[in-house]
Amino acid sequence: MRIGVFVCHCGTNIAGTVDCAAVAAAAQQFPEVVLAVDTPYACSEPGQRAIIEAIEQKGLNGVVVASCTPRMHEATFRRTVERAGLNRYMFEMANIREHVSWVGRDKKLNTFKATDLVRIAVEKLRYNRPLTAKSFAVNKRVLVIGAGVAGIQAALDCADGGLETIVVERTSTVGGKMAKLDKTFPTVDCSVCVLGPKMVDLAQHRKIKLYAMSEIADLSGYVGNFEVSIRRKATYVDWNKCTGCGLCADKCPSRKAPDHFNELVGRTTAISIPFPQAIPKKASIDASSCLHFLKDRCGVCAKVCPVEAIDFEQQDEVVKESVGAVVVATGFDLLDIRRFGQYGGGRFPDVVTSLQYERMLSASGPTGGHLKCPSDGREPKSVVFISCVGSRDRSMDRAICSGFCCMYTAKQAILTKSHVPDCETHVFYMDIRAPGKGYDEFIRRAQEEYRTNYVRGRVSSVYPKNGRLAVRGADTLLGTQTEVMADLVVLAVGAGAAEGSRDLAEKLRISYDAYGFFMESHPKLKPVETNTAGVFLAGACQGPKDIPASVAMGSAAAGKVMALFSKERLESDPQVAQVNAVRCVGCLKCLRTCPFGAIQEVQARDGSTKAQVIESVCQGCGVCTVTCTDRAIELQHFTDNQLLAEVNYLCRSWMEKSPA
Amino acid sequence: MSVVDGKEPSVKELRIIGFLCNWCSYGGADTAGVSRFSQPTDLRIIRVPCSGRVTPLFVVKALMSGADGVLVSGCHPRDCHYSEGNLYARRRLEVLKRFLPTLGIEPERFEYIWVSASEGERWQTSVTAFTERIHALGPSPAVKVNRYDARLVAGGL
Repeated sequence: MRIGVFVCHCGTNIAGTVDCAAVAAAAQQFPEVVLAVDTPYACSEPGQRAIIEAIEQKGLNGVVVASCTPRMHEATFRRTVERAGLNRYMFEMANIREHVSWVGRDKKLNTFKATDLVRIAVEKLRYNRPLTAKSFAVNKRVLVIGAGVAGIQAALDCADGGLETIVVERTSTVGGKMAKLDKTFPTVDCSVCVLGPKMVDLAQHRKIKLYAMSEIADLSGYVGNFEVSIRRKATYVDWNKCTGCGLCADKCPSRKAPDHFNELVGRTTAISIPFPQAIPKKASIDASSCLHFLKDRCGVCAKVCPVEAIDFEQQDEVVKESVGAVVVATGFDLLDIRRFGQYGGGRFPDVVTSLQYERMLSASGPTGGHLKCPSDGREPKSVVFISCVGSRDRSMDRAICSGFCCMYTAKQAILTKSHVPDCETHVFYMDIRAPGKGYDEFIRRAQEEYRTNYVRGRVSSVYPKNGRLAVRGADTLLGTQTEVMADLVVLAVGAGAAEGSRDLAEKLRISYDAYGFFMESHPKLKPVETNTAGVFLAGACQGPKDIPASVAMGSAAAGKVMALFSKERLESDPQVAQVNAVRCVGCLKCLRTCPFGAIQEVQARDGSTKAQVIESVCQGCGVCTVTCTDRAIELQHFTDNQLLAEVNYLCRSWMEKSPA
Repeated sequence: MSVVDGKEPSVKELRIIGFLCNWCSYGGADTAGVSRFSQPTDLRIIRVPCSGRVTPLFVVKALMSGADGVLVSGCHPRDCHYSEGNLYARRRLEVLKRFLPTLGIEPERFEYIWVSASEGERWQTSVTAFTERIHALGPSPAVKVNRYDARLVAGGL
């Protein structure tokens, strides 16, 4: 083999703490290395050209680049060697930046370590074999999970692009959190009036199939060919018949069902349609409150329904769909208010979450848009907003900023004044974060035009005093303690991952961060992709986001799906397991351990049982390789011989140096 | 010998081999690098797709051939890129750990940990702690007694 080694300086990123010329000089002595040079920037255009020229002039058939992490530039250099006519798998990277120059302080030791890393890359490369990708057809249908504003945008963009789109929504209506908002910042326009037309478009688009009251039961397959099982939860109403007339809800005698759409402010009927603009506008029964299910009597809805849509016998149903890509837009949930006992959360009825307050402000909300204290229905004359509740709070293990609370708090303060003009508004804040377009101006409006009293400091406690609530906290600008009397306290509760998001992540095989938000593939350059090919993210499921950012991300995800589907066929990764049929004894341990069901049982010509890898399903983890007692199944590009070559060198170099 | 000037490096390094899964721990080590979290330089990292790809025999072979320590790191359980590869790794490596004394290898020379791609700080602390542990144990005696055996293991693999 003729191997070329290129040691990148990365400016001073590497060369600052590693002697790159010495690494190259050492590499020149490695087996089968015919060329070893150092280069200022290997990834730059001239750097890549130098690699191509070296391949052509020196007849190289293997290349090692020692530079940054392969997670950054492996794909770049694979394309480079491919342009020079090499197979892209005849390339290895040694990570001498993230793992050496940036973490070690001693230049000698760093150089020593970098040389070792180049050497093990060479050792592995000597066992590399050219691998060829196979191509497979793409099913050009897309699944969107979650129909909040991000999911709606992604679905509409995909459908407008001509793709058949399947939308799965967990609740009985699309719209998500945005549908619950009264107004939006910084324009203070009606939230559902903006969103409503999009919801209608979603329902009426001929390319979109909507499954409301449904959840993802299972997802299998791979990019281009996913199989998804959707569980349609029983609503006890035949939605094919239901016209959304609402007669059932009017007559329902069980009027104490928890009203989830209104964030548990007020009660609703056991059979209900969540709000007037709901899409689909269909009734569903909450079995935990329905007298028919609790006491086996009533059945009033079934009697009054003009189209006989009520079906108490309805069961969950699982339907299957095939898609080629998935957009996850499952959004967020507010943290449980009961976690904030120090602010009276869950203890005093007049302490509410910001989203509950939003419903109280809304004309379609439980109070009809009239501000009333939940405890006794009086009109509040003083409202205190506490921001950063469960955000930027290390004592709660939540260091993150939820991002949008500063803005909606200002909006709610403004709306409070327009509902009750003589109401005092106070905001306790840590810092004000308003970096969006027109956002800072909006905060200033709340402070100056609407006379909101902004107090910089944390609240220590909220306690009842003379029939009202006393909010005690610090005013760090005045350097004093302060106490404000309130009729209503609104907590800007931090955004957490949506309920069940961890389970969903496991079904989709995507990762999530410490807060449960889904992880993007790269924080800067791949914000929409996940590490699972064909699964994209949109909206607040990736981290707290306001509406414009969610919409932009929905469109971005749709753009990614359309770029993916612009090819007729996709190439599969050839780094998959391969069975050596001569060694395989047909024990099928690999078949039982494979997490992806990528191994099937086949009959050899002599009638014996053998394992066979379905290449398009195999993800290349190598669990089977370790399981096989006969070394009959090998993961390509990470074979035992390749990894042992690295281990061997590392141990041998030690033995040679050792005094023994 | 150092390649810089033909002299021994300024601090005596021990030979520690790390097997890191590509998706979490290798990324975590990258994150530590990006954040400039300084670490001891003894560790040499071998990238594998998944901790489930690490054959326990790799570890045994490394330790019998003279490695002073072996560290395997994967995604946190239930957070595997391949959904359950690290669960297989956990079972295999736990058995291996208990089996090492039978081979005459100090089990403290081997460790398996979970580090996600975002946990640069955790990677730094883990590497530092493990390197310190190995330095406390000192150079592996295996290289003297096991040279012959190591070749046998090499042949067997």
